[in-house]
Amino acid sequence: MAGVEVRLPAARERLAQGLPRGAGEGGRDLVAPGDTITTDPGYMRGHGTYMGNEKLVASVAGVVDRVNKLVCVKALKTRYNGEVGDIVVGRITEVQQKRWKVETNSRLDSVLLLSSMNLPGGELRRRSAEDELAMRDYLQEGDLISAEVQAVFSDGAVSLHTRSLKYGKLAQGVLVQVSPSLVKRQKTHFHDLPCGASVILGNNGFIWIYPTPGQKDEEAGGFVTNLEPVPLPDREVISRLRNCILALVAQKLMLYDTSIVYCYEASLSHQIKDLLKAEVMEEVVLQTRQRLLELEG
Amino acid sequence: MRGSRSKALHDQALVNCQYSMATFSTGDRKRRPHGDRQSSEMTLHLKQTFEAAILTQLYPRSQIDIYVQILQADGGNYCASVNAATLAVIDAGIPMRDYVCACSAGFIEETPLADLNYVEEVTGGPQLALALLPKSDQIALLEMNARLHEDHLERIIEAASKACKDVYAVLDQVVREHLQEVTALLGK
Repeated sequence: MAGVEVRLPAARERLAQGLPRGAGEGGRDLVAPGDTITTDPGYMRGHGTYMGNEKLVASVAGVVDRVNKLVCVKALKTRYNGEVGDIVVGRITEVQQKRWKVETNSRLDSVLLLSSMNLPGGELRRRSAEDELAMRDYLQEGDLISAEVQAVFSDGAVSLHTRSLKYGKLAQGVLVQVSPSLVKRQKTHFHDLPCGASVILGNNGFIWIYPTPGQKDEEAGGFVTNLEPVPLPDREVISRLRNCILALVAQKLMLYDTSIVYCYEASLSHQIKDLLKAEVMEEVVLQTRQRLLELEG
Repeated sequence: MRGSRSKALHDQALVNCQYSMATFSTGDRKRRPHGDRQSSEMTLHLKQTFEAAILTQLYPRSQIDIYVQILQADGGNYCASVNAATLAVIDAGIPMRDYVCACSAGFIEETPLADLNYVEEVTGGPQLALALLPKSDQIALLEMNARLHEDHLERIIEAASKACKDVYAVLDQVVREHLQEVTALLGK
């Protein structure tokens, strides 16, 4: 037991001490709950605000966002607010009549209808009573899926679909849960990284890291999962990626393919387990930040 | 929505609080496996306080859980719970009317005292707990555990609300520093 390192909890260091202070202040308003944003009655009330005594008051702590006459406050951290077309990773919590309930980090459970997924045997197959009985064979409680948001209901609940070969049940890999606001919106959220693993960056903050599949057509939105053992080098890459993502999240850097690849490359000089130490995280992410800034020019 | 779905409210969110004290939190070690009368009362008070502050009508059919555990009790348990839970709710991005700040006050030897510690609490004088929405000066909860002459009430409430506003200043500063830090890091 010589190599075991024991640490006591320590006060978190202020992260932004080293960063230029002015960056956050120039022209952007930060508000806390109860702050009056404006007394002008001409503005429209958006998310994160409410009307009190004919004043527009913030109800969350965050950044004021003005679009013409609409005033919103964006909170730093919230649960996931679904938008049509988003890619999400979720976990099945319940099997019901013709639908699955899916936990997607939103306020209410999402639904995946039996009719909005590809079943084996062609696109245009009628969903029969047998299909309904066999629902648990396709997806069980606890299974992870990737899906796309098909519709958002009026109460904010989300309806999902997996009508593409890209989506479906997830087999072997690692799930990392982060704040949805840290996932950058991009054209594609499925990435095959050059380091030998793939990631799905769900818009809901669920990130799935898995070994890059051998043949592309094999994944085929299927509900058959490949349970062959993953070779050790692949597993090491996956755990390193996971620790890199945790480091990026701890230092509040947006997550997208480039930032993850850069962080992975910066981390190569450290052991995988050392990446969980606060000072190593800081160093690695600082290098990543630097490279991203150079890239932007 | 956890647990029984019948409890879900169709027009607003359900605020669910749970207050507990660790066995080692007080001087005498006491096991409270399912909570005692005192902590279920405290749970109710917390629930009332936050139902007054959180904009629950925005999230129908959902539930907001607030779990508080006291690790070391030295007076002002309710107030510390409220102040901590306010920060937690703000951090979670749940919309609130305003911060809720709480402070206790007592009346000992003709002097109002704000923020009582354990020794002052057990001396048995009248004490009151006040939860305030400081910006609008609205009272979310006011509780008094003994009889007090009406003439003194104003002074003691005055002392408590002054302390609440001082707590507000501290909380607000922390929230703003955090906001500034995170927006600077995100660099949006």
